[in-house]
Amino acid sequence: MADVLKKVPVREQEPKVRATNFEEVCLGYNQEEAMEEASRCINCKNAKCISGCPVAIDIPGFIKEVKEGNIEEAYKVIGRASALPAICGRVCPQESQCEGKCIRGIKGEPVSIGKLERFVADYALEHDIKPEGPESTNGHKVAVIGSGPSGLTCAGDLAKMGYEVTVFEALHELGGVLVYGIPEFRLPKQKVVAKEIEKVKELGVKFETNVVIGKSTTIDQLIEEEGFEAVFIGSGAGLPMFMGIPGENANGVFSANEYLTRSNLMKAFDESYDTPIAGGKKVAVVGGGNVAMDAARTALRLGAEVHIVYRRSEAELPARVEEVHHAKEEGVIFDLLTNPKEIFVDDNGNVKGMKVIKMELGEPDASGRRRPVEVPGSEYEIEVDTVIMSLGTSPNPLISSTTKGLETNRWKCIVADEEFGKTSKEGVYAGGDAVTGAATVILAMGAGKAGAHGIDEYLKNK
Amino acid sequence: MYKILKAEKLADKIILMDVLAPRVAKHCQPGQFVIVKMDDKGERIPLTICDYDREAGTITIVFQEVGASTAKMADLKEGDAFRDFVGPLGCASEFVNEDIKELKKKKILFVAGGVGAAPVYPQVKWLHVHGIDADVILGAKTKDMVILEKELEAVAGNLYVTTDDGSYGRSGMVTTVIEDLVTKEGRKYDMCVAIGPMIMMKFVCLLTKKLELSTIVSMNPIMVDGTGMCGACRLQVGDEIKFACVDGPEFDGHLVDFDQAMKRSQMYKTEEGRAMLRLTEGDTHHGGCGNCGGDN
Repeated sequence: MADVLKKVPVREQEPKVRATNFEEVCLGYNQEEAMEEASRCINCKNAKCISGCPVAIDIPGFIKEVKEGNIEEAYKVIGRASALPAICGRVCPQESQCEGKCIRGIKGEPVSIGKLERFVADYALEHDIKPEGPESTNGHKVAVIGSGPSGLTCAGDLAKMGYEVTVFEALHELGGVLVYGIPEFRLPKQKVVAKEIEKVKELGVKFETNVVIGKSTTIDQLIEEEGFEAVFIGSGAGLPMFMGIPGENANGVFSANEYLTRSNLMKAFDESYDTPIAGGKKVAVVGGGNVAMDAARTALRLGAEVHIVYRRSEAELPARVEEVHHAKEEGVIFDLLTNPKEIFVDDNGNVKGMKVIKMELGEPDASGRRRPVEVPGSEYEIEVDTVIMSLGTSPNPLISSTTKGLETNRWKCIVADEEFGKTSKEGVYAGGDAVTGAATVILAMGAGKAGAHGIDEYLKNK
Repeated sequence: MYKILKAEKLADKIILMDVLAPRVAKHCQPGQFVIVKMDDKGERIPLTICDYDREAGTITIVFQEVGASTAKMADLKEGDAFRDFVGPLGCASEFVNEDIKELKKKKILFVAGGVGAAPVYPQVKWLHVHGIDADVILGAKTKDMVILEKELEAVAGNLYVTTDDGSYGRSGMVTTVIEDLVTKEGRKYDMCVAIGPMIMMKFVCLLTKKLELSTIVSMNPIMVDGTGMCGACRLQVGDEIKFACVDGPEFDGHLVDFDQAMKRSQMYKTEEGRAMLRLTEGDTHHGGCGNCGGDN
C-alpha cells in the first residue's frame, strides 16, 4: 500500500539523458497512477484549492471523476473554467496556488493537482474530445490582441458565450509566450500547444497571424473600420531589460528573450531550421526567475557549461521550486549571492569573461525581501563566452502609443481593473503581462477570463 | 500566404519583388520595413520597403543575396508565396510627420549606396508627391550594380550617379561626391539621409560631421521578432541603447556607434557561411579547412 501522505511519484526522463535532448522532462501519470493519486483527495466541502486557482477550476469535482475513471467527464469539469488545461498542468506554479492550499499538505504532501490536470488534458488531446461550444453565435464581433495565455483564454470564453472572436497575433506562430518563451522540454509545441489552440479554433475562434497592432492596423481602426465592438488587449510583456554595465553590447550577450526565441520559436536547436543560435561553451545566465531557468536549461542542452548568476540567495529565487530542482539535477551550477559588474570583450567584439562581485543580504527592501548589498573588495573574474540577461521586461509601447485614450501607469503598463479588465477607453479591455508586467501563464489566463466577463457585461448592456 | 505578383532581377544578386500584403500596404510609410519568412523552417528576414501601392495592396521589396536564406528566397518566382510577411515595422522617417511648409524650406540630400537605393526611393518619392524635390547621390560598385536609376530620376531633384570604378556616372565613392557637391560646387543642404552598407554610412557620417550637415541613417542590424521583444537589434546611439526595430530604424548618424554595430552584425557570420556551404555543396563541404572544426 502506497504512503497516503505522499504524492504518487511522476515518471521523468533521467537527468543525465534529458540534459542532452529537448524532449519533455516530465512524462506524466498513466491512468492507473492518476486514479491512485486522485484517491488521495478527501473532497473537502469548503475546498480551499479552488480559491487558490486564478481561474477557479472545480478541482475536487474533476478529481472525483478521475478517481472513478471518468476521464472525459473530468475534462468537461475542467473545461468549464479553463481552455488550456494541458498547458496549465505543465507550467502553473501549483505549489503556491491550488496545491499550496490543499489540506493534505498540512501533514504530508498535497494532492498532485497539476499532474492530474495534465493527465486529464492529455487524455482529451489523445482521444480528441471536443470542448463544449456555443449552439449559435450572437453576431457581436470582438477582437483579441495576442494569442498568448490571456488572449487564448479570453477568446475561448467569449466564443463559448456566442461571440464572433478574431485573434490577431504579431508573430508567425500562435501561442505567444507558450511558443516563443517556454522551451519544448517543458511544454511540447506540436503535441500540446498547437493541439490545445486547435480546441480554441473548434469553438469558432478565428486567428490572423502577422498582424502587429499599432503598426499593421490600430485598435481605433479595428473598431471604426472593421466593425469590432470590443477589444481585449493581451499583448504580453515587452522590451527586455539590460543591466547597463560595460560590455553589454558585445557579441555573445543576449537577452533571455532572444536566446529563447531563437531556440523555441525559430527552433534553432534543430539543425534543419535556418535560424542560427550561438550556444556557447561556458554560459552565465543572469537572473533567478523561471525565464532564467529556461534559458539555462536550453543552453545546457545546446552543450554548454551553465552558471546561474543571481544576486540574492537560494531562498529568494523567484523561479518555481520544480524548475530550480530540475535545473540542478541536470547540472546547472548556481552562483548565488553574486552580481555582474562588467563584461570583458575581446578585439573582435566577443565576450571573453565577466567580472562579478560577492553579495550579502542586508535589511528587507520594499518587496519584503532582504536587499542584497555588495561585499567590498570581493570582485573576481569568471571565464564565460556567453552571457544571457534574464532581468525581466518593460512594457512594449506599440499599442499604448497608438491608441487614443488608453491610459498607462508610471511603469508604462496599461491600466485595467482586476475584476473586468476594463481600461480607460470604452469597449477596450486588457489583461496579462501588458497590464501587470511579467507574471505567470495562469495569472494571464485569469485576467483573460476577467476580460471576457467584462466584455460580455459591456456588450450585453450596450 | 503572401503571393509574389512580380519577381525581377535588377542586377547580379539583387532581386525586386511585388508582394500582395494589403494590411502592410494600407499602413506603411517611408522609412519602415517588413519581415518575411519563406517557409516553415526559414529565418525571419527584415527587408526595407522600396515602394507600395495602397489600392493594389502590394509592397515592393528589394533584397540582395547575402546568405543561405536570401539565396533561397531569390529562387522564388512570380506566383510563389511567402509563408509570412509582417509589417510595417519600425518608425516612419521623421520628415513624414513634420510641418510641410517648414519641410519645403529645407534642402535635403539623399545618399544611397548599393541596395540602399531601395529604402531611399519611397522617401524621395514621398517628398516629390508633397512638392519637394530632394537631391540624390546614387552609388554602386560598378555600372552593372546601379539600381532604380530611372525610378529615382523621375522623383529626385538632381540625381548624381557614381560608381566606385568609374564605369558609369561620376567616378568614386559617394563621400567624394558629397564633398564635391558641398565644397567645390557650393551646394547647400540642411539635412542628409544616408542609407547603404554600414561602412558607407560610417564614412558619410564622418564627413558630414566635418561639414556640419546633420545626417540620418537607417540601420539594419540582426533582428529576430522585429517588434521589440528580443533586443538582438540593440545599438549604441549617443549615451543610450536603442532598439532598431521599435526606436528606429532611422537614427541620428552622428550619434550611432558604427564600429560596434558592424561587429554585432558579424555575430552569425560563420554560422551563416556554413549554412550557405551546406546549401551549395551539401555534405561535401567538409573538406577539412582546419578552421571551422566541422559541424560539431
